[in-house]
Amino acid sequence: MNSTLFDAYVADEKKIEPKDWMPDAYRKTLVRQISQHAHSEVVGMLPEANWISRAPSLKRKAILMAKVQDEAGHGLYLYSAAETLGVERDDLYLDLLEGKAKYSSIFNYPTQNWADIGAIGWLVDGAAIMNQVPLCKCSYGPYARAMVRVCKEESFHQRQGFQIMLVMTEGSAEQKAMAQDAMNRWWWPALMMFGPPDGDSPNSAQSMKWNIKRFSNDELRQKFVDMTVPQAELIGLTVPDADLKWNEQTGHYDFGEIDWSEFKRVIKGGGPCNVERLAACNKAWNDGAWVRQAATAYAEKKSSNATR
Amino acid sequence: MSSETKKKWPLWEVFIRSRQGLSHKHAGSLHAADAEMALENARDVYTRRNEGESLWVVEAVHIVASSPGDKSTYFDPANDKVYRHPTFYKLPDEVKHM
Ligand SMILES: [Fe+2]
Ligand SMILES: [Fe+2]
Repeated sequence: MNSTLFDAYVADEKKIEPKDWMPDAYRKTLVRQISQHAHSEVVGMLPEANWISRAPSLKRKAILMAKVQDEAGHGLYLYSAAETLGVERDDLYLDLLEGKAKYSSIFNYPTQNWADIGAIGWLVDGAAIMNQVPLCKCSYGPYARAMVRVCKEESFHQRQGFQIMLVMTEGSAEQKAMAQDAMNRWWWPALMMFGPPDGDSPNSAQSMKWNIKRFSNDELRQKFVDMTVPQAELIGLTVPDADLKWNEQTGHYDFGEIDWSEFKRVIKGGGPCNVERLAACNKAWNDGAWVRQAATAYAEKKSSNATR
Repeated sequence: MSSETKKKWPLWEVFIRSRQGLSHKHAGSLHAADAEMALENARDVYTRRNEGESLWVVEAVHIVASSPGDKSTYFDPANDKVYRHPTFYKLPDEVKHM
């Protein structure tokens, strides 16, 4: 196998498995993408965990815990997929803890009240699903299989979020205002989740050639807008974009300019919660050290007893 | 942290029997200190939605796998033995079922 044969092979919709030959750049691209994805699942638990203890009812609390638990599982599936490429999960995770790894910029925004939990499920998980469904057909087998599991679990995440928003918009004027306020704060960051515009996304073309990516950032963003605007209308929420309008000719919504300087600032660590998120990850890791050590010691003792 | 990173928990492969009558199928992998923890974590991570009724966990180092490089020597010889398939044998039309 060589690069030319490989390119033709994946272009023919054939799958690559862990021990197959692959170009170094393909392996590097996958390790970067899958580990960033895994980190996003893990950090993504934090904004929502903030509201588990203050969920408005036992039912909502149980639902939110189930969702956050799913996200932990998604992190694990993805780290496992990354490990098939010859990297170690602990090394990837230490990069995150040391602030050397990227994760989705969306999780650096704060969750100020309960409506934010609705907005996250509906918009953030909604955008994530839009990104993830095409990845189920990714040319790298372990990543594609992990995404199939993830996507199966994601659909309830979006629905529970939408339902929180629906209930709030049917409530008191104050509750409706909270839902609108959350919509106003999460809409633009959700659109940024699809990544920089196509003209500014240098790796996209290669990823599409390798069938890692199936749609460009802008294509996915447009799909998300087209899907979400009617949902917002249905529950009486206003999309915070004065330029948003239906375009009869294209059959899509036109929408306003995204503030890419904000996106870049948040990615580089300047978002409202970057410091807090990393501190929380480090605290959890350090607080759990004795548990990991005890489990290792116990396992060693048991195996030495068994061989004695 | 440094002394800890030297002793990494081994990798386990997880197999699930989705229901009685079917064989176990590979579902994914995880790290755990020992077999018991691997089994418990596999239950928590891979069977939250009734995915299975039985679990196997196998330490990944114990799996012996054929290598992609051997693919042709291992599996190609099967290609030219068409006589192993029933469709190789032409029967007279009068024979309805065989
Ligand atoms: Fe997720
Ligand atoms: Fe989710």
